[in-house]
Amino acid sequence: MANDEKAELERLANEEYKYGFVTDVESETLPKGLNEDVVRWISAKKGEPAWMTEKRLAAFRRWTKMPEPHWANVEIAPIDYQELSYYSGPKKDRPKSLDEVDPELLETFEKLGVPMQERAALAGVAVDAVFDSVSVATTYREELAERGIIFSSISEAIREHPDLVKKYIGTVVPPSDNFYAAMNSAVFSDGTFVYVPKGVRCPMELSTYFRINAANTGQFERTLIIADEGAYVSYLEGCTAPIRDENQLHAAVVELIAHKDAEIKYSTVQNWYAGDKEGKGGVYNFVTKRGLCEGENSKISWTQVETGSAITWKYPSCILRGDNSVGEFYSVALTRNRQQADTGTKMVHLGKNTKSNVVSKGISAGYSQNSYRGLVKVGKNAEGARNFSQCDSLLIGDKCGAHTFPYLEIDNPSAQVEHEATTSKIGEDRIFYLKQRGLDEENAVSMIVNGYCKEVFRELPMEFAVEAQKLLSVSLEGSVG
Amino acid sequence: MLTIKNLHAEIDGKPILKGIDLQVNAGETHAVMGPNGSGKSTLAHVLSGREGYTPTEGEVIFEGKNLLEMEPEERAREGVFLAFQYPIEIPGVSNTNLLKEGLNEIRKHRGEPELSAGDFLKLVREKAKLVEMKKELLNRSVNEGFSGGEKKRNEIFQLAVLDPKLALLDETDSGLDIDALRVVAKGVNAVRNEKNAFLLVTHYQRLLNYIVPDFVHVLADGTIVKSGGKELALELEERGYEWISEKAESA
Repeated sequence: MANDEKAELERLANEEYKYGFVTDVESETLPKGLNEDVVRWISAKKGEPAWMTEKRLAAFRRWTKMPEPHWANVEIAPIDYQELSYYSGPKKDRPKSLDEVDPELLETFEKLGVPMQERAALAGVAVDAVFDSVSVATTYREELAERGIIFSSISEAIREHPDLVKKYIGTVVPPSDNFYAAMNSAVFSDGTFVYVPKGVRCPMELSTYFRINAANTGQFERTLIIADEGAYVSYLEGCTAPIRDENQLHAAVVELIAHKDAEIKYSTVQNWYAGDKEGKGGVYNFVTKRGLCEGENSKISWTQVETGSAITWKYPSCILRGDNSVGEFYSVALTRNRQQADTGTKMVHLGKNTKSNVVSKGISAGYSQNSYRGLVKVGKNAEGARNFSQCDSLLIGDKCGAHTFPYLEIDNPSAQVEHEATTSKIGEDRIFYLKQRGLDEENAVSMIVNGYCKEVFRELPMEFAVEAQKLLSVSLEGSVG
Repeated sequence: MLTIKNLHAEIDGKPILKGIDLQVNAGETHAVMGPNGSGKSTLAHVLSGREGYTPTEGEVIFEGKNLLEMEPEERAREGVFLAFQYPIEIPGVSNTNLLKEGLNEIRKHRGEPELSAGDFLKLVREKAKLVEMKKELLNRSVNEGFSGGEKKRNEIFQLAVLDPKLALLDETDSGLDIDALRVVAKGVNAVRNEKNAFLLVTHYQRLLNYIVPDFVHVLADGTIVKSGGKELALELEERGYEWISEKAESA
């Protein structure tokens, strides 16, 4: 093999997952195991009021009685929940201002492309950075506070805005919802809290960046976003983790509440470490995300680009309770190597004239398995409900699988529900056409795949859309041929 | 520019080209005509490197290099362009985006810097005007929802932007009405110059009324059975392909 060719191959191999580095910070990590003492310790560590500790303990007791779910179309080796640590955080206390943040941590996030300087080029995006179990920094807080917007870590919110948290937490995703939601409710470590008051349009994108650093740890993010009457907020989250041979567990709960005339846009670019070519290591991403369109004319829109994780189990959903409320779900899920994804959405129509729109684009390569699972439920009082779902699957190679599991539960005869599904292989004729215009195979495939995902990408905020495209291109490297 | 010597090629093990010899120089336009199944489209595909069209014998030298050893994208970057008989639709990929990527790859290959966004747009607008391509089609997805005529015009527009040395036009006239044909031909003529060469693959003579070739070759059963000037095309139109095939058999 020619030397430069070898160098090129090495470069590609190394580029496979460029976020796989480990940050050397002094951490405080709980010994392995999950019991009531661990739950109490976490609650105490965060200085929580008694009601929160009680909520956590109730959730823990519930969890011990719940079975692990096995209905998803994925194969998981048994997980020993007592072999994980449920808390890990940088040892130093959370600094008062950005200037005091451990430079090592700031550098980690800068390396990941997360803007941590308030006057950086990416002004207009406020960031909450979560490192393992702890939120380490939140930018632009004062500016937002001037408009009455609360943007903080959930730990702080529990201490500083207990009434708001108490009123909303667990109302959309109760601990009893599922095994992982119960677990999260017991041991959640950190996450983001957003409250946008009546009539306020949040002037910048709010974002949280989740980073798992420590080994053998679970990250249990808890995010709660409330848009009061007539408010608007657009929120983004990004996720990465170092390359480790062991599987890491990420079991998050996200709750959104949109009051009358309010709108919440929630975008995710998920790029957790996916494991190596043989399927060793990688993050288990078991997430419960749900939004409640509580008031009339409210709107919740989920957009997700999922390229990472060894296993993804995630169904961002909308409960359309308010009349005329709207739920949207736009998803790109790319799996390759031995990755497994079982993802989709639930649209529950309760109010009159509620509308939902689902666009799901699955891409499978290598030996991966990619499933779309979606529920459309129309309650008996949901007069005039409408849903449109489009699920497309694209296969690269012939060792992978794409599956679609649509469920319909319609209890009102006036409902209009449409479902379209397509499965296609990436066409040789398209690849040849692009090659004939000068593009190499990988570039051609990436262009075709990006084009295929365009409907979803255009729902993302500008900077994220560009990032998502790049991410997809990098993820596709080595998937063809 | 292009020298084809004793080129044989097969599809799925079935011999289609059975010894083609052809010399194309810069500034020339060659028309390859022939009945259905004679191998003329296969020739265009073999030259562009399409998978499944396998050369089995002979050689093709393009600008001093062995063309048959190159990947399709290398051929494109060296300056071989194929205008497709059935242009492919690529949903979600805009025409300009494709051209920008393609042009930059070609420039990189030539050791030239990438064009700035401004210069690229200027170039695209200029070429769109040249081939009378509607502006609104520039940012639409490649060929998606284009009419038959618009697709063919888009191929010529891409040709104009990428500015190849050798353009292979595969049945560019098929499916075009006379007005569309005239516009497409006008575009091709506007791009023709001293430095480039064209190989037109066509079944009918009518395209050659608008794009006048320097040479006409008649292909039958995988070989060139007759070559001549533009008048050969007219003769074919009058007497049909059987006249040539019979002549070839008796020879």
